[in-house]
Amino acid sequence: MLQTLQVERRVDPHLSIDRYDPEAELLLLHMGPQHPATHGVFRMDLYLDGEIVVKAVPYVGYLHRSVEKLCEKLTYSQVTPIVDKNDYVSPMTNEQAINMAFEKLLGIEVPRRARWMRLVFAELQRIASHLLWLGTFAMDLGGALGGGSTVFIHSFREREMIMDLFEEISGARFHYNTHTIGGNRHDIPAGWAGRVKQALDVIEARIGEYEAMSLHNRIFVQRTRGVGVIDAGLALELGLTGPMLRACGVDHDLRRDAPFHAYDEVPVNVAVAHGGDCLARAEVRFAELRESVRLVRVTVDSIPEGSINGGKPIKLPNSIKIPPGQTYVGIETPRGELGTYVIADGSANPYRLKIRPPSLHALSALPYMLPGGTVSDALAILGSVDPIMGEADR
Amino acid sequence: MNVVLTALVTSLAILVGVLTVTAWGIWFERKFSARLQSRLGPTMVGPVGLAQPLADLMKLLQKEDLVPEAADRAVFNLAPQIAALCALGAAAVVPFSAHIIGAQIDLGVLYLLAIGAVTVMPVFMAGWASNNKFALLGGMRALAQSLSYEVPLVLSAMVPVILAGSMDVSKIVEYQAAGSWIAIGPVWLGLPAFVLFLLAMLAESNRIPFDIPEAESELVAGITTEYSGMKFALFYLGEYVHTLVASAVASALFLGGWDGPFAPGLHWMVLKSLALFTFVYWVRWSLLRFRSDQLMKMCWYWLVPISVALLLGAGAWVVL
Repeated sequence: MLQTLQVERRVDPHLSIDRYDPEAELLLLHMGPQHPATHGVFRMDLYLDGEIVVKAVPYVGYLHRSVEKLCEKLTYSQVTPIVDKNDYVSPMTNEQAINMAFEKLLGIEVPRRARWMRLVFAELQRIASHLLWLGTFAMDLGGALGGGSTVFIHSFREREMIMDLFEEISGARFHYNTHTIGGNRHDIPAGWAGRVKQALDVIEARIGEYEAMSLHNRIFVQRTRGVGVIDAGLALELGLTGPMLRACGVDHDLRRDAPFHAYDEVPVNVAVAHGGDCLARAEVRFAELRESVRLVRVTVDSIPEGSINGGKPIKLPNSIKIPPGQTYVGIETPRGELGTYVIADGSANPYRLKIRPPSLHALSALPYMLPGGTVSDALAILGSVDPIMGEADR
Repeated sequence: MNVVLTALVTSLAILVGVLTVTAWGIWFERKFSARLQSRLGPTMVGPVGLAQPLADLMKLLQKEDLVPEAADRAVFNLAPQIAALCALGAAAVVPFSAHIIGAQIDLGVLYLLAIGAVTVMPVFMAGWASNNKFALLGGMRALAQSLSYEVPLVLSAMVPVILAGSMDVSKIVEYQAAGSWIAIGPVWLGLPAFVLFLLAMLAESNRIPFDIPEAESELVAGITTEYSGMKFALFYLGEYVHTLVASAVASALFLGGWDGPFAPGLHWMVLKSLALFTFVYWVRWSLLRFRSDQLMKMCWYWLVPISVALLLGAGAWVVL
């Protein structure tokens, strides 16, 4: 399964600066938490020799909201809108993951219609999330006053179309709260499938434009090829998932390898690239954009009829009690494997709820990728990781 | 007396003209970039936002004048003034028409190149004096960058000088008015020299894809990180004036300056300069940024050898 890339020498992330630089001639640059390119509040300490990064130390936790503890204090039905805010670029997959864990503990069979709807939502969300990644990545490469922001605003225009579609479903543009234990809360309105396909036609045409602006742009390729290389072995050691892992040549995608929703009925073509660098990660995400457009096209028309909720109606917040037990559910979000581990003790609240965010693991690769590159490379690499700090810090 | 008065009036007119065109050049850039990005740009102040430059100026004038405690005060305060002065000073020898010219000096091209090269100084001064790591990195990049782009800039500017046989900008324009524009003919050397000059000009006025010293996504705001209020405005102004004057110089050296049919010379000069100015901003809002080592590599591996070859070619053409 593994096609390991050979690298001669790995970077030592624990390099002792005192020993490396006894004269203290390196420049210590605190990048973040307030910095235009740190995607929220992320901080890295860069030890610079001129412009070359010698050592990078990432710090997370500036956006810690103690979501896991908060979930322990809430009842099962109240958890969904809280986890919405974890990965705030892809809220749909957050609520799907948490509700799937509860459903698994309760042993509820989710109706086929609800599972198909979840698949369509997840894929639309993937398109929106990757579009946001493209915009912010281009901003990291080209600046807020320049070509980067042109890509940014254009990709946000298409993301807006998907948010409009979700608004029709749930009434909310961002934090949807449309999944619930046992199925979905809101049914698809009439004519929605047609509007989805109209939006997809526009988006698919525009993806070609974005490829011309990025993958086929010489400056983009020069800035990303061979930058931030990570080998497959290290990627697996660090627990990288999603596009980060697939860009290293590891063919792994939970949608195909451990199907959830209705992915067992709809075959998924998994995009894999072999460079392990920023360019490979961009290629994987572009391929996934096209694949998601295809998946939504083939599924949105054939969503089966039936009920959208297999659980009993929730009348009071504490009416759902989960018998003692524990479970883990992992689903493939736009950023990788989002895991949810729940321990239930028979009461109306989870005893312990642990979320495994893909962004946190992806950020752990930074100390290996940054050294050897310049400051400009550092931000290109950070952009290619596509970290969402709300999810990494929880 | 009469000569002094004429010189004074001409230079004041040029100064006011350049500043006015720059102010509305900024408005134009904002509108232009907004249309590129399916936005509207400034709309609120005046009709179609035309009074926006004035509003910006008023806002920046009212800002508190902040100097960081650890900064080198004298250098910190001097840098933006030099930046604006250098940029405006370059306008002195640009012939806006056959008669409108601030100072007709024999070594006009040399003066332009020298004052263009000096604009790196305030950038580095600001980077050093701010006592800020991001600003320092920006200043360092600006110096490293200037070493590499100045050579092709100077060499490519020498091509029209050799062809026209004079360092006086007006003489070069007259030579083009008598024959053909240097970018078009009579030799095929003009066009590549023009392209090289444009590239080096983009680098000199710190515009994308070579806006590496500023690089706001990497270095926060580069050298201007610690600047606010009017000092920031002076840097900003200097940058735009620099771009505008560089466009005017490029059109004078390569596109025949004020030479053109039907309309008076000034119209043609303004039209050509603004066309180049627009080109610079079109590039700015469409491309991503190079890394500084990539810029240096491009300059030393490609631009310098090509410009040397062009220079030799131009010399050979004149001699033969």
